[in-house]
Amino acid sequence: MNANRKNELQKIACKVRMGVIEGVFNAKSGHPGGSLSICDLLTYLYFEKLNVSAQNPKDENRDRLVLSKGHCAPALYSVLAQKGYFDEAELKSLRHIGAMLQGHPDMKGTPGVDMSSGSLGQGLSAACGMALNAKLNNKDYKVYTILGDGEIEEGMVWEAAMFAAHNKLNNMVAIVDNNGLQIDGPVTEVCSPHPITDKFAAFGWNVITMDAHDFDDIERAFERADNSDRPVAIIQTSVKGKGVSFMENNVSWHGAAPNTEQYEIAMNELKNALNELEG
Amino acid sequence: MSEIIKKATRESYGEALAELSSKYEKLVVLDADLAAATKTGIFKKKCPERFFDCGIAECNMMGIAAGLATCGMIPFASTFAMFASGRAYEIVRNSIGYPHLNVKIGATHAGISVGEDGATHQCCEDIALMRTIPGMTIINPADDVEAKMAVEAAINHNGPVYMRFGRLAAPVFNDAATYKFELGKGVTLKEGSDLSIVATGLMVSEAMEAAKSLEADGISARVINIHTIKPLDKEIICKAARETGKILTVEEHSIIGGLGSAVAEAVCECCPVPVTRIGVEDCFGHSGPAVELLKQFGLCAENIVNKAKELVK
Repeated sequence: MNANRKNELQKIACKVRMGVIEGVFNAKSGHPGGSLSICDLLTYLYFEKLNVSAQNPKDENRDRLVLSKGHCAPALYSVLAQKGYFDEAELKSLRHIGAMLQGHPDMKGTPGVDMSSGSLGQGLSAACGMALNAKLNNKDYKVYTILGDGEIEEGMVWEAAMFAAHNKLNNMVAIVDNNGLQIDGPVTEVCSPHPITDKFAAFGWNVITMDAHDFDDIERAFERADNSDRPVAIIQTSVKGKGVSFMENNVSWHGAAPNTEQYEIAMNELKNALNELEG
Repeated sequence: MSEIIKKATRESYGEALAELSSKYEKLVVLDADLAAATKTGIFKKKCPERFFDCGIAECNMMGIAAGLATCGMIPFASTFAMFASGRAYEIVRNSIGYPHLNVKIGATHAGISVGEDGATHQCCEDIALMRTIPGMTIINPADDVEAKMAVEAAINHNGPVYMRFGRLAAPVFNDAATYKFELGKGVTLKEGSDLSIVATGLMVSEAMEAAKSLEADGISARVINIHTIKPLDKEIICKAARETGKILTVEEHSIIGGLGSAVAEAVCECCPVPVTRIGVEDCFGHSGPAVELLKQFGLCAENIVNKAKELVK
């Protein structure tokens, strides 16, 4: 990837992370860990890959994104704000009474949200429906779905995986955010979904692995995902809590908000990272 | 007297989908390996390019329907009532109900008239489950004519609809040439002043038969067909409560949470009068021929007559 472009994306991702912390801090609840692990992915998708426009969020030819791990809504909201779907100030009212930004994505209330989600395991099925619509109506959009590594313990995910391969839905890309942690602990200790790559391959998908925090590798993976003859699963190795030192790889930040002191430390770390990128 | 034609409403469902396939280009039909039983196979034959078999995976089917609906298609997701409302409940609630997506759920084999398959497949809880989902419309048609019109009404209604069809052949009593189906509107089939029998689905023709028999015994029973259980036609129910003073509900469903509950809730608030509920009395079904089961569970004209007499005594 062009160095300037990479620097741009890194800066945007940094702002997206600041939005996550801002939102969760003001909500006094939410899920910062898994939100921070997908910020680079979402930044790449919304600023490099997806054919979408904040001016026309319902365009029937747009690419779709389903955040199946809906608890990571703060990251989606933050990237949508960066992209201009709504004012960044909305992030401060996340989860408040009467706010547009609900605890989990609400497609009816939030521009840019393509599917309501939050109850884990359902997003890939909805994505199958969207991909099927493209096949039925000769449209060339793509459907991207972001799943958690813990989430794929839900059996319905594999019903969808079976359906997608059977119907040759090569316009679907599922990204599994393999940050290794779920609420009760490491996924390998709770009820291991591994080997994830082998499972998707066995279900008839093309499987690509990716470093979730390296834009060169992200670009390589998504370029490979194009022109597949079958649905594509990208298994990204990520760091839960990425970008905030004390949250990284720490399961206690799965669903907890920082206090004022922690908020300031987190924001300072991200501001310093941004300053460095702006060097 | 002309011979009464009998037809299962699941048959009407499949035929209606096929008949409407060219009129509504956005219509797409999903099934979960039961196309021969739900009768969506009739649609598949006519319109294979808009039919998708999801295999034995009802939850996924509901999610796919949701995704199709976000893109403007009008999907009918079809399976047995047990799996549509039970197995897939949470997907129907969260992926269809919460975003109020335009998905139609075609649930066949409702109630104990499933017959020999027994309790695991005899769903008597589906209306109760679906009623609790905000914005869900519930239609339980009584005969072939009503079922076919209900399918088209569901297509023209923007929002999720749960449609309940039966396996057992039911008498066709509506006249296709004159009957007008109005979503959310009850139908007074017979006037009466001593009590009102409020019935739905397969029980409507039983209620009519019971009313005739009551008439012979000098009891004037009004008969109301409630095909749309949600939103309930409160006006027709409250009018019946005011004018007849007693209400008897009849449904092939649990007495908990279905038509009887909905009617009792409405009557309590607008005009409290005695309400007796006939339905499956908080128990599971079991195997047996459908007609015999219906009799055994009191879902027949004879029991309606008895309960009506007790109520007006």
